[in-house]
Amino acid sequence: MDIRKVKKLIELLEESNIDEIEIKEGEESVRISRNGASLAAPQYAAAPIAAPAPAPVAAPVAAAAVEAPVAEAHSGHVVKSPMVGTFYASPSPGSPMFVEVGKHVKVGDTICIVEAMKMMNQIEADKAGVIEAILVEDGQPVEFDQPLVTIV
Amino acid sequence: MLDKIVIANRGEIALRILRACKEMGIKTVAVHSTADSDLMHVRLADEAVCIGPAPSPQSYLNIPAIISAAEVTDATGIHPGYGFLAENADFAEQVQKSGFTFIGPTPEVIRMMGDKVEAIKAMRAAGVPTVPGSNGPLPENDKERCMAIAKEIGYPVIIKAAAGGGGRGMRVVHTEAALLSSIHVTKAEAGAAFGDDTVYMEKFLTNPRHVEVQVLSDGQGNSIHLYDRDCSLQRRHQKVLEEAPAPGIPDEVRQEVYESCTKACNDINYRGAGTFEFLYEDERFYFIEMNTRIQVEHPVSEMITGVDLIKEQIKVCSGEALTLKQENIRINGHAFECRINAEDPKTFMPCPGKVKIFHPPGGLGVRVDSHLYSGYSVPPTYDSMIAKVITWGEDRTAALDRMRSALDETIIDGIRSNIPLQQDLVRDSAFREGGVNIHYLEKKLGL
Repeated sequence: MDIRKVKKLIELLEESNIDEIEIKEGEESVRISRNGASLAAPQYAAAPIAAPAPAPVAAPVAAAAVEAPVAEAHSGHVVKSPMVGTFYASPSPGSPMFVEVGKHVKVGDTICIVEAMKMMNQIEADKAGVIEAILVEDGQPVEFDQPLVTIV
Repeated sequence: MLDKIVIANRGEIALRILRACKEMGIKTVAVHSTADSDLMHVRLADEAVCIGPAPSPQSYLNIPAIISAAEVTDATGIHPGYGFLAENADFAEQVQKSGFTFIGPTPEVIRMMGDKVEAIKAMRAAGVPTVPGSNGPLPENDKERCMAIAKEIGYPVIIKAAAGGGGRGMRVVHTEAALLSSIHVTKAEAGAAFGDDTVYMEKFLTNPRHVEVQVLSDGQGNSIHLYDRDCSLQRRHQKVLEEAPAPGIPDEVRQEVYESCTKACNDINYRGAGTFEFLYEDERFYFIEMNTRIQVEHPVSEMITGVDLIKEQIKVCSGEALTLKQENIRINGHAFECRINAEDPKTFMPCPGKVKIFHPPGGLGVRVDSHLYSGYSVPPTYDSMIAKVITWGEDRTAALDRMRSALDETIIDGIRSNIPLQQDLVRDSAFREGGVNIHYLEKKLGL
């Protein structure tokens, strides 16, 4: 796939309403997507604020990635933090984590702890299933509604 | 100086605090509800933490969430702004206990000024003129005493809740026949609204103006005043248009009340920015309450004195002594502030929604404090004030004419606002003359 084709694809995307385009040609493939990630709601410590551009600006198209796309999206049910605090994956430092990816959980099983003002709050699974992904790191500060874990 | 401050508020005042912090090199943490992720100051802050869903009790009034946010961001100070938890002594106490600096006076002072009976006692002791009144709570179950107090004060009287303030929990009584039932009802309302049914009585002044004095104190014995403001244009006890200085007050009368305020600050060991609110009638001041926070209308005092009140407030509350000297604070010109609300200009119904185009006015002597931007959606969950248009002029007429032009230039398209009401007020001949009383606006609106 030559660079002129890729350029043409970029132009196509810019002129249209499409967010993402992927073309496979034989064994080669190209995926081009709009840089939508930076417009997401400001998460904890998502600090890089550029010049105050309050209206959602149509961001320039990100660079083309000439490789097979890897699915990043989590499809499972998201367990969000009900409070501001610090996320802990295990009951105490050094002890085994409450859950790991692949573990079966029932409704009510403790998934993690969010510590706020010296109080340890156990966060429970509100859906039965298998832990698909753990989205935050041990000891990481989290805000209200921040996605912690997904369950499928 | 504080290293990092959590701004525990929203809207225009949060932006105001952020600007001051930025200029002082203080890092900012914007705590916000889920409905406020797109607030201007949230986008400009160094860090942002979502603390809860839209309803205030779960977010902006949520003490553990705010303190927790300060912990996880390693902040050193918390600025409460105005409203919300700004005058909540329990909040101030918990902030301190958790090891943070509260930008405001001590919890004890907040508590004292929050109890209107205690506040009046403290002011009388300091020599601040007060309204003739019961000088204490009305005795329970002593009808004769209550009637005697009212007779001594002279009708009309007003029954006020000790835990109220800001226009809430009060009832006017014109005749002796209505006194006892009015006390009874006001007590019941106060108990329900504030959890404290203590009431007191004051003379009801029939045509007063609302004149307030701005002070700054460092809690180390240095207190200064920044002159006064006239906030008589009010609707349902909400200020609509304010100015500084208050027009038409004899200098000696002013001077005397300024001195009593700064003395009171030193007597109670006040720290921070504060406002002494008075009713002014027949060349006399009558203290009604003290607000231990920065106020909405602080910009008009900033315009006539050149002092940045938020910066000074942060400085003194972080432990620095006041560097400003009273003799260096002079009045220069006159200033007005129009509060712009997202509401219908005739019915006053709130009008949340998307602001398609926001075009603020500009030019010499025009200042706009607002979190609005084109494309911003005003949420329905909070109060409706969306902007403050402030003008300065070398004299009152110049400042008022400038406000007229500024309002005419302002565009807020997509929602209704009270700009037409403000445009009407700045052209009102009685207002232009100056000195209208607190009933003027409601009379004009036919309420």
